[in-house]
Amino acid sequence: MRNKSFYLFSVLVALMLSLQGFAQSTEPAEMANTMRSNGKIYVVIAVILTILGGLIIYLVRLDRKISQLEKSDQ
Amino acid sequence: MNRSWWKILCVVLLIFTVIAGLLGPVPALRQLQETIRNLYFHVCMWFAMMILFTISVVHSIKYLRSLDLNRDIRAHQYASTGVFMGLLGYATGAIWASYTWADPNNPAYASFGSIVREPKLIGAAMALLIYAAYFVLRSSITDIDKKARVSAVYNIFAYAMLFPSIWIIPRLLPSLHPGQEGNPALNFNDIDARMRMVFYPAVLGWTLLGVWITTLKIRLSLLKEKKWLNA
Repeated sequence: MRNKSFYLFSVLVALMLSLQGFAQSTEPAEMANTMRSNGKIYVVIAVILTILGGLIIYLVRLDRKISQLEKSDQ
Repeated sequence: MNRSWWKILCVVLLIFTVIAGLLGPVPALRQLQETIRNLYFHVCMWFAMMILFTISVVHSIKYLRSLDLNRDIRAHQYASTGVFMGLLGYATGAIWASYTWADPNNPAYASFGSIVREPKLIGAAMALLIYAAYFVLRSSITDIDKKARVSAVYNIFAYAMLFPSIWIIPRLLPSLHPGQEGNPALNFNDIDARMRMVFYPAVLGWTLLGVWITTLKIRLSLLKEKKWLNA
């Protein structure tokens, strides 16, 4: 149950982020907000942080699963 | 939760590395330009590899002193994560080199020829292949105690071979790779003070990530072994 809600939440967040992207693309190009300044370097940071976050969530979940296995083994 | 403080430290350091590594000030170098930021990622892979191999060889020596099979499992898993980090370092180095060393005036194959002749690359490939042989050796021996003992001895040899292949021989030969005169990225003359503030946390963060992955693998193989003994 917890897994399901977690996935649902992450899908929602991803959808919301992409909607924001669509809304901004209709605006004129001079509207340089944070994500579009400095040659859009913040977009790269967002991408790398997403990958890093995903990897870390994966590791934490593996860690918990192994802990559960260890508990049930004793 | 108290015992996992270093995992939280690892996450915090890695997030800091990405943000400060991409936004922080770097010296403007003609050849490298912004790619100098790869120092926080590519070089850290090799540092993490070296530290993981060191932990591995310590466990191998402890195995030979105590003949405790848990030590053998630890040595094996640290070596395998170390090789993984080394492969990542190799792959990132290949990307980095192809955009900074390759001469755009030459045809691609000529640049490729000069890059594959790099003593540092050959040395690193040798070191990784020697460790690859460690895993081949392990999986070719079925007797558990013999496997542990032979591979512990071989692990010490593999660790000793790291020094000529990645530390000594590349220093003696001309190379495009930076850090010819000293320790790359540790030498106080060739790394900017501002970059050091990101580089050291980055090394620690990536190393802790490697240790984290390794502890998971160790726990998993201990579970497997227990199951096998009970069956």
